[in-house]
Amino acid sequence: MQLLAIEKLTKSFGGLTAVLNVNIELQQGELIGLIGPNGAGKTTVFNLLTGVYVPTSGNITFCKDDSKISLHGLRPHKICKEGVARTFQNIRLFRDLTVFDNVRIAMHKNVKYGLLASLLHSPSYRREEKTIADASMELLKIFNLDEKKDEYAKNLPYGEQRHLEIARALATNPELLLLDEPAAGMNPAETAQLTELIKWIREKFNLTILLIEHDMSVVMKICERIYVLDYGILIAEGTPDEIRSNPRVIEAYLGEDVSNA
Amino acid sequence: MRGILNKQLTQRIIFMLLAYAIVQLLVSTNIINAYLQATLVTICINIILAVSLNLITGFTGQFSLGHAGFMSIGAYTCALITMRVPTIAGFLAGVLMGAVMAALVGFLVGLPTLRLRGDYLAIATLGMSEIIRIVFINLDSITNGAAGLNDIPRFVNWPWLYVFVAGTILLIRNLLKSSHGRACIAIREDEIAAEAMGINTTKYKVLAFIIGAFCAGIAGALYSSYFYYIKPDLFGFLKSVDILVIVVLGGLGSISGSVLAAVLLAVVSTYFQSFPEIRMILYALILVIIMIFRPQGLLGSKEISISMFNRMGKLFAFGKGEK
Repeated sequence: MQLLAIEKLTKSFGGLTAVLNVNIELQQGELIGLIGPNGAGKTTVFNLLTGVYVPTSGNITFCKDDSKISLHGLRPHKICKEGVARTFQNIRLFRDLTVFDNVRIAMHKNVKYGLLASLLHSPSYRREEKTIADASMELLKIFNLDEKKDEYAKNLPYGEQRHLEIARALATNPELLLLDEPAAGMNPAETAQLTELIKWIREKFNLTILLIEHDMSVVMKICERIYVLDYGILIAEGTPDEIRSNPRVIEAYLGEDVSNA
Repeated sequence: MRGILNKQLTQRIIFMLLAYAIVQLLVSTNIINAYLQATLVTICINIILAVSLNLITGFTGQFSLGHAGFMSIGAYTCALITMRVPTIAGFLAGVLMGAVMAALVGFLVGLPTLRLRGDYLAIATLGMSEIIRIVFINLDSITNGAAGLNDIPRFVNWPWLYVFVAGTILLIRNLLKSSHGRACIAIREDEIAAEAMGINTTKYKVLAFIIGAFCAGIAGALYSSYFYYIKPDLFGFLKSVDILVIVVLGGLGSISGSVLAAVLLAVVSTYFQSFPEIRMILYALILVIIMIFRPQGLLGSKEISISMFNRMGKLFAFGKGEK
């Protein structure tokens, strides 16, 4: 079943076209990679998907419960409510808040109690806060962060900050998860562990994942299909094996070494 | 767990009653005389103003220089109502209407200006409060222009002050401990990430503005009812800065810090009345010194809480046990 369809997506910043006529299609439950050299427009695609930028033209359709929703022009918080969550290339945690609060904040969209209930700390407030706290702790346990719940996010080691960002994205209870270079800055051991984690959370949370990553060991290993962007244009699409042997990709991005390897 | 919660709640209630009773006792025995009572009222009003501005600037991260504007709306609304209905019911209606009017203006002003950030927002809110001031000066027939309103009936006494101060602190504290409050704090931390995590940032910025203005309206109403004389110039730019000084001094993002700073500054300023020539110099000097040694404010973003005293108590008890 189709979950996301991006059709002829274009974004221009003044004279610069960052993304041109990009078509991407995601089936439910897939794990798809989006790769390309620096400045190819990968993060721009994420920003268009999550409403940070409004597309110059093109359609983004998100399929949920048999209905099609256009994400075009929606504000980011609305898109999050529809079930699209993301992490950021340069970590954007709430640095001066605790690990626990980082996750709790992301559960905001499911909160039903109103302003009055929160001002008076009514029974419905207490009940829901307890649910939020329990669910947050459960998520933190999955990422082995439960013992650091009262630590400030900025004090976590780099790898754990990346993990916390994924935990926070999952706290919004998404159907589609967009990961922007989750392995950036990690050592090979951490990267291998992250690769397993991504595979595992997809099963556990029944997710569809779109992954931007420079580390080929991650992308080639876990992605079912890969899209390749270069200068804002989609130059290839296919399975890891097809991408590996695609001459246009090798020319644009992977280089001689990889083709010989 | 239930036992601990109840214990905390009991302690909190005892603390609140105690604070009320002690001051009441001091007022009844005339240790807090008429002169010191004016200081007490100033402290209480400044606490309400600082805590509510802290919600906007310290917790939600929206730099506002217009708090005195909201205060003046509360002051004028309450004054005009109590002058026509000089009863306790009229006073309460005046406080409520003053707060509601201020909140309404907060909403109308907040919606367009909260697109701005940082310095630009500060300038916009400053302009807003100046407009309010000029309107009050020019609405001669209602506000008596620059001369101001005189002979406003006095209803404010310590019990009422206490109700409004404690009420403001409790409500804002409760809000900040809820998901709605956490949404506000998330905006301060990282607006883009907050928005991506499903928080309607515009809604919560405006909400913080409305609640902050509502409380400033209450403070203004109490001011007019105690000092029985108001004029537009009392609520100018300098008043907004005064409030901001309390918030920054106490610590952006600390309610108890705002309370502490409001008390401290009032005490310092009252004490220095005996040296009128150098009073403002000393006052400014103290501010400069505190900011050099505690740039994050007296309490930073920490809170003084009753459970903190409990922990300290346990620590001391433990120390004694060892010896």
